Amino acid sequence: MIRFAIPVALFAVLVGFLFVGLNLDPREVPSPFIGKPAPAFDLPLLGDNEKRLTPEDMKGQVWLMNVWATWCPGCRQEHDTLLRLDQRNLAPIVGFDYKDESDKALSWLQTLGNPYQVVVEDVDGRAAIDWGVYGAPETFIIDAEGIVQYKHIGPLTDASVANDLVPVIERLKAEASL
Amino acid sequence: MKKIVGSLTLCLCLLTGLVMAGIEAKPFDDPAKESLYRQLVADLRCLVCQNQNLADSNAELAVDLRRQVHEMVTRGDTGDQVTDYMVQRYGEFVLYSPPMNARTALLWLGPIVALLFGLFVAWRVAGSRRGPEQGGVSEADVARARDLLNK
Repeated sequence: MIRFAIPVALFAVLVGFLFVGLNLDPREVPSPFIGKPAPAFDLPLLGDNEKRLTPEDMKGQVWLMNVWATWCPGCRQEHDTLLRLDQRNLAPIVGFDYKDESDKALSWLQTLGNPYQVVVEDVDGRAAIDWGVYGAPETFIIDAEGIVQYKHIGPLTDASVANDLVPVIERLKAEASL
Repeated sequence: MKKIVGSLTLCLCLLTGLVMAGIEAKPFDDPAKESLYRQLVADLRCLVCQNQNLADSNAELAVDLRRQVHEMVTRGDTGDQVTDYMVQRYGEFVLYSPPMNARTALLWLGPIVALLFGLFVAWRVAGSRRGPEQGGVSEADVARARDLLNK
């Protein structure tokens, strides 16, 4: 009896591992920034290159940074979700226009609506490397102290906003008593 | 048939050209730096197409990261400095050969453990089959067989 039990048990363990592996997404690389200060950048604003923004300017409030571009199909997909999130006025969303063309980005926001409080332009993608960005869209949540607390990879959906983002935003706002 | 082989070969040649075209030439003043650069881009993973290294990938991000590695190597950074820079931003996942630590111990030691376990099982199985009581051949049987063969 035991002669059969051992291989069957090993097989069951293997099936268990494979089954878990089946549901893992290898594209979701855990961000090493969670719990660390937001990487610095100093980037020009879309549509007004005279003005610039750094993460320091956002200190004192819980904010979101959404990495997007007009060439990115996932960004088009999540755009309406972002608009709805913005309408709830939970936290300001900073747009991070990643390796894009200014005029295309401006007309995108004009036609589809603008969920962003402000949009910075990273034309050559250097600041994106500092943030560990490897594919748009990506969404970060940064707390009032300037610490990165959450990262969502891929297009946002209403479900992921309700289940993942909003609880984090509300917890951080409560912690900072905002 | 010849036609098919011919067109397949042509396809292959054209595709190779396409792949090579994406890898830009990077000038180096020092051959040691050039070989460090080659080694680094071969060991770092492209995060967009995860089964390719930076050297092989044509993804936009790989182009940017190659530029970054090139700049760092040119200004005299060591291999460790470049690797640390990438790990800080993208995590240990960017390394094709992950470092040995508590989290990766199973990855590194697993195959050795599995091999030892396999050897142990093989040894036990072989050991149990050798005895005469389990289908082994007794002295008397050997003598009888020799007798029959010599007839």
